[in-house]
Amino acid sequence: MGLAYALQQLINGITLGMIYGLIAVGYTMVYGIIGMINFAHGDVFMIGAFLSLIALSGLASLGITAVPLALAITLVFAASLAALYGWTIERVAYRPLRGSFRLAPLISAIGMSITLQNFAQVSQGARVKPLAPLLPGGLVLTRAGGFAVQLSWMQIAIAVTTVFCLGVFTWLVTRTPLGRAMRACEQDLKMAGLLGIDTDRTIGVTFVIGAALAAIAGLLFLLYYGAIDFYIGFVAGVKAFTAAVLGGIGSLPGAVLGGLLIGLIETFWSAYFSVQYKDVAAFSILAITLVFLPTGLLGRVDVEKV
Amino acid sequence: MAAEDAMPLLAVRRLGMRFGGITALDDLSFTARRGEITAVIGPNGAGKTTAFNCITGFYRPSSGELSLTRPDGGSYALAKMPGHLIARRAGVARTFQNIRLFAGMTVLENLLVAQHIPLMAATGFGILAILGLGHYRRAERQAVEKAKSWLERIDLLARADDPAGSLPYGAQRRLEIARAMCVDPVLLCLDEPAAGLNPSETAELGALLLRIRAEGCSLLLIEHDMNVVMRISDHIVVLDRGRKISDGTPAEVRADPHVIAAYLGEDDESADDLAPEVVP
Amino acid sequence: MNARGPLADAFLSALIALGLFAPMVGLETHVGAHGIALAPRPLAVAALVGAVFVLRLAVRLWQARPHRAAAGPGAARARLAAALGGTKRFLIPTLLAIAVVMPFLASRATIDLGILMLTYVMLGWGLNIVVGLAGLLDLGYVAFYAVGAYSYALIAQATGLGFWSCLPASGVLAALWGITLGFPVLRLRGDYLAIVTLAFGEIIRIVLLNWVSLTGGPNGISGIPRPTLFGLRFTMTDGPGTFAGFFHLAPSPTHRVMFLYYVILGLALLTNWVTLRLRRQPLGRVWEALREDEIACRSLGINVTTTKLTAFAVGACFGGFAGAFFATRQGFISPESFTFMESATVLAIVVLGGMGSQLGVVLATLVMIGGPEMFRPLADYRMLIFGLALVVMMVLRPRGLVTERRPSIMLGAAARAAPLALAAEEVG
Repeated sequence: MGLAYALQQLINGITLGMIYGLIAVGYTMVYGIIGMINFAHGDVFMIGAFLSLIALSGLASLGITAVPLALAITLVFAASLAALYGWTIERVAYRPLRGSFRLAPLISAIGMSITLQNFAQVSQGARVKPLAPLLPGGLVLTRAGGFAVQLSWMQIAIAVTTVFCLGVFTWLVTRTPLGRAMRACEQDLKMAGLLGIDTDRTIGVTFVIGAALAAIAGLLFLLYYGAIDFYIGFVAGVKAFTAAVLGGIGSLPGAVLGGLLIGLIETFWSAYFSVQYKDVAAFSILAITLVFLPTGLLGRVDVEKV
Repeated sequence: MAAEDAMPLLAVRRLGMRFGGITALDDLSFTARRGEITAVIGPNGAGKTTAFNCITGFYRPSSGELSLTRPDGGSYALAKMPGHLIARRAGVARTFQNIRLFAGMTVLENLLVAQHIPLMAATGFGILAILGLGHYRRAERQAVEKAKSWLERIDLLARADDPAGSLPYGAQRRLEIARAMCVDPVLLCLDEPAAGLNPSETAELGALLLRIRAEGCSLLLIEHDMNVVMRISDHIVVLDRGRKISDGTPAEVRADPHVIAAYLGEDDESADDLAPEVVP
Repeated sequence: MNARGPLADAFLSALIALGLFAPMVGLETHVGAHGIALAPRPLAVAALVGAVFVLRLAVRLWQARPHRAAAGPGAARARLAAALGGTKRFLIPTLLAIAVVMPFLASRATIDLGILMLTYVMLGWGLNIVVGLAGLLDLGYVAFYAVGAYSYALIAQATGLGFWSCLPASGVLAALWGITLGFPVLRLRGDYLAIVTLAFGEIIRIVLLNWVSLTGGPNGISGIPRPTLFGLRFTMTDGPGTFAGFFHLAPSPTHRVMFLYYVILGLALLTNWVTLRLRRQPLGRVWEALREDEIACRSLGINVTTTKLTAFAVGACFGGFAGAFFATRQGFISPESFTFMESATVLAIVVLGGMGSQLGVVLATLVMIGGPEMFRPLADYRMLIFGLALVVMMVLRPRGLVTERRPSIMLGAAARAAPLALAAEEVG
């Protein structure tokens, strides 16, 4: 029973960790390029979850009930509209502040976060929105002492989607001219600009990609938990940021690794200690990492320039 | 002034510094003597600034020792001291290659911040002064006097109340030196003080450095401008790719074939700078 | 900056707005009997898209107005700065005078609003030490506010002591928390510090919420003692030991509100006084130096970590005082009052005011707290407007309302003209 229970927690933790990882990629990309904490990123995730809910409900009312088709349409719908949100946010709230003093973009981001949260509350209501499970059931991996270790279809779907998205994303960053421009901007924004890279456009694209991934995470979150409200963005956002820092901010594999770790820590903590303090555990890990390992697990060692 | 028997002040012994796989400094040893101006020169990337950062406590060396002779004959092991104590206890002050003034604060405030340690003690660590107690007023008056005397020397008294960031470049360089001197250092380390100065400013800078030496402070200097180096240094250490390739008086260094080779190998312009006709 | 014509640009913006708003606003999700039902709202979408079109067109036409080249934004800003500098001399005494006489002229609701605003002014001044002067980005300032409030409530409950006896303890405890938190994390880079302080703020709130035996959990603590005036209580009777009885006044609830108003005014002014004094002294000056360049500070022998710690502790201490006041004013506290929103609001006040400017904090509070209070009838839209306003104000004035900095010490023209004997001697 002990081992089976732990195995179940491992599965649950990895599932949750994948969702955090997808959000964390957006934080780490933006931080890598323009060195700002995009505070509104968690709220883009929340908007993505709402867009998914709207799409799924709409498709259901249109009679499209084949689950793979509905999910594929929803994914594209939510990701592309969230990308539009991401682009607009950058254009309206951050770009005018580029090169301005350090705290201005952060305050603007906090303002954007408040705006998005309240926008969702006003437009979609404050109540928790439930969604009936789309993919009930799953595989029973093993039974031990009356405890069945289950890998649900939903968890498999989440894993497949995450791996697929991260694969596409990795290809985009490592194999395309766009990715090269992004990496150049990450190394040295000013120099990249001097070399003829349209830095504004590259930054815009970074926000678009980050927002799309966050929206996909929102869809997966909606499917996995079956309930969302306008407030999910804040907590998930802070945890995803923690994941990005834990993995080493600026490092894309680090963001995914950090996400998985945060998911596992949170799940195991809830399972073995106390559910109430699970966020405390995640935040404490963040503080401890930063104090003892400021560059995170996979981050670059930063030599202080004097 | 450049007496061969002058007391050693700073002894650098077998200093090594590695960043990941890159060796920035390899087994560097040299001595800076009390009352002298010691210049560290070398082509770009030779490890001059790295050596400086080790001496002033911004980097912790990977290997080797740095010892600074105390007035009482003992010595400070700089490599083992926390960064801020190197300035506070050992009396090593520095300037930076890319000027680091408190740009939003006034010129006078910059010089007062440099005198923070004695001033803070006089305020009873902030508590007494809020209540208007302690001999803070007197301490502040003295600090302002000291700042004024330095402002006069660097010819910035008229701009005392202007933000430091609004000064012209040359004035910012001078102010940074004055700020470092307000710490009352025994060793002043200057990282390319003549960079970006015009010829007349460079000449003034040379005079200022000589005066600082005459008042008893020793200097350690990184500089690319060979005119300045050859004219004011008592002792020159030449680095190339993290190693010392020459060490001696300006005349000795200038004649050293290793030095000429290193500079010619790097770029011709610097080698021209080193050419013998530039004698004060 | 933009090659497209204003009309095309506005049209494009409207198109983007359509994409943004069509699903989120146009299709409202309802929890129905058979799962989620969608209710279409085409009119709302049309109105929003139209508004974006008009707004964008207006902005473009405004930008393209012909006399812009003659008087650029620089000149306009200089004029504004000059105007502000001129009025500043009168502005501060006027604001102070209004603050002092206001309770005698205004209604009870207005006094309540005044108390709220002064609480934020005090928090803003406290955080200004940390963020504005020392340049440490603290996103969890509410933690110290909470520590102060709960310290007072718990100490008062346990010992039966009153507000004035517990107030110092609240401040000291908050400062101790500041030091405990600050010691490990103040070595971190700016943004990391921000996120750790944010995490700390959340940790404190979660602990308050779940440690039911100590804090009462979500139910909070009630029956917190009200402040007294030299032992005189504010009650609805005029018996002995009450304010009304001592001064032979008719008992009125307004007395307590007025008293609370003056208490917070006093506390806020104390914060201001201490800050202004510290600013002119080595400690405050080195805080500012730290904000300007940490590396240079280290090269001057300054212990950067302890200096940051002092700023953190002093800021936390005032946060703690404000928290104790909040507890005594409400008589009831619960974790709900100490959310991230509070930290964000106070930080926004400091940054919007202009980092390090004491007057800026007051002006920003008027805008940020007074403004939304005026929008209170709009209920749900209030925070939406708050968020948008934050973005708009940052875009328009990223350095805040008051940007001029007054030097902490001036040599003055006279002192410069006549060099003193000491200086002359040394130069010789």
